[in-house]
Amino acid sequence: MSLSSLIEFSDATVGGSGRFLDSARIERITWSVQSGEFWVVGARPRVGKTDLLATAAGLQRPIAGECRLFGSRLEDLSDSERLAHRLRVGIVFENGGRLFSELTVEENLALPVCYHRDCSAAEAADLVARVLELTGLTRVGQLKPAHVSHPLHQRIALARALILNPDVLLIDSPLFNSDPRQTGWWLDFLPSLAAGHPLLEGRGLTLVVTTTDFRPWLASNRSFAIIHRQRWEILGELPQLEQTDHPLARSMLTGCWNDSDQADFI
Amino acid sequence: MRLNQWIGCLILGWLDSTKRIGAFAIITLVVTLTQWNKSAFVLRPLVARQINRAGLLPLPMLTFLGVALGLVVSGQTVALLSRVGAVDYAGVIMVSVIVRELGPMVTVLLVLARVGTGIVIELSTSRALGEVEALEALGIDPIHYLVMPRVIGLALSVFSLTVYLVLIALISGFLFTFIQDVPLTPATYLAQMSASLRWEDFVLLGLKTLSFGVIIALITCFQGLAHAVRLEEVSYVTTQAIIGSVVACVLIDAVFIVAYLVL
Repeated sequence: MSLSSLIEFSDATVGGSGRFLDSARIERITWSVQSGEFWVVGARPRVGKTDLLATAAGLQRPIAGECRLFGSRLEDLSDSERLAHRLRVGIVFENGGRLFSELTVEENLALPVCYHRDCSAAEAADLVARVLELTGLTRVGQLKPAHVSHPLHQRIALARALILNPDVLLIDSPLFNSDPRQTGWWLDFLPSLAAGHPLLEGRGLTLVVTTTDFRPWLASNRSFAIIHRQRWEILGELPQLEQTDHPLARSMLTGCWNDSDQADFI
Repeated sequence: MRLNQWIGCLILGWLDSTKRIGAFAIITLVVTLTQWNKSAFVLRPLVARQINRAGLLPLPMLTFLGVALGLVVSGQTVALLSRVGAVDYAGVIMVSVIVRELGPMVTVLLVLARVGTGIVIELSTSRALGEVEALEALGIDPIHYLVMPRVIGLALSVFSLTVYLVLIALISGFLFTFIQDVPLTPATYLAQMSASLRWEDFVLLGLKTLSFGVIIALITCFQGLAHAVRLEEVSYVTTQAIIGSVVACVLIDAVFIVAYLVL
């Protein structure tokens, strides 16, 4: 294991969640996320991207093999150590970000801060306002999620994940069902997080993003991987990606989908 | 499926559910004991909200039920007692029926109908929408954040509401005897009740109502959170939770009847 590995899968099989808990979704993953890296993971919908990120965040255990966070297996840690490790990994869920519908946007952001620091909402207000401002969400702070347009929901979930100041951020399909304006915002904002955003006091964030289309994410200094037919495959950086003959990766690079690929998006 | 197989499956299903709810109760107890004071700024308002929801908002309906209960019990018994010249037992019957049995049971059924159903629906919907996983992703223990405030809130609420309902029912019962010109003075009525009340009544009433509150909170939270539900299954788990809660309350009541007989 590399010393700078933040997340490391060793021959791990990721299972499903909920009623599919024991069924394998992605098999034999060997993957190491190093500090400062920006990973783009491509896959068709419903192949287990969310389960992969949930496992990487320590929310579920692999059903075979091993997953380490910051060099440790979560099951070897005490409750407080496990919580500390998990809080260093932020996760932004797909399709609305799973916001708490009973709470306003400000309360959604304040909740984890107040819970972990045992402080009142008033004490967390400055931090919440700063994060909302830097993510361009100040005008929706007082609203409940139901009153905010759906494309903004995942952005609010991003703000909620960032407020705990994580070292690694896992973002599930940020551009899926996103309008062009939101797409542009994500493609500008995420590289600034990776480079060192003022929100993180200049510290670069390690990022893992899942996608169904590689084209918006093509840039140097990014690593690409793909999930296809329950198999995990690392494609390398942009030059290697452009040379790949992996059929799904080619479709994601060119935007030319064959019939079976198209069917998965319906 | 043959009848004996069906009954066997039913019993095994009930045993399995009981085992899982027992495990859920133990986890909740451990979390409550070990994280009692953790994140007080977040948890205390949640407990207060549950007390408001289960202990204060049902008061008008509970008052109506208390008055009706007093009138019904008094109306049925006092006329009969007058006929056989046993009005001296009016207070005793009110204590036996209302304080020991109907008061706690009517209260818990009202709280279950009004708040318990709401708990299952909101928790199972949250689960179906992935909000519970979002809590875990933020390092917030769902048992601590979602279950503990409801258990504490419902236990305190059922206890307080039962005391309130019993008082209302006893007063309205006396008013009925007064309207019916039954020769029973308030002092005699009070004396009859105080003579028939024992210290065990107060202890057992407290324990029973707290148990009722805890059990309906646990079963509704369990049904809302323990399964990976889809939105279309919310109504099914709500029905399951209500049936389970009623059966559990009846069983607890039976245990307390035995306790009354033994003490």
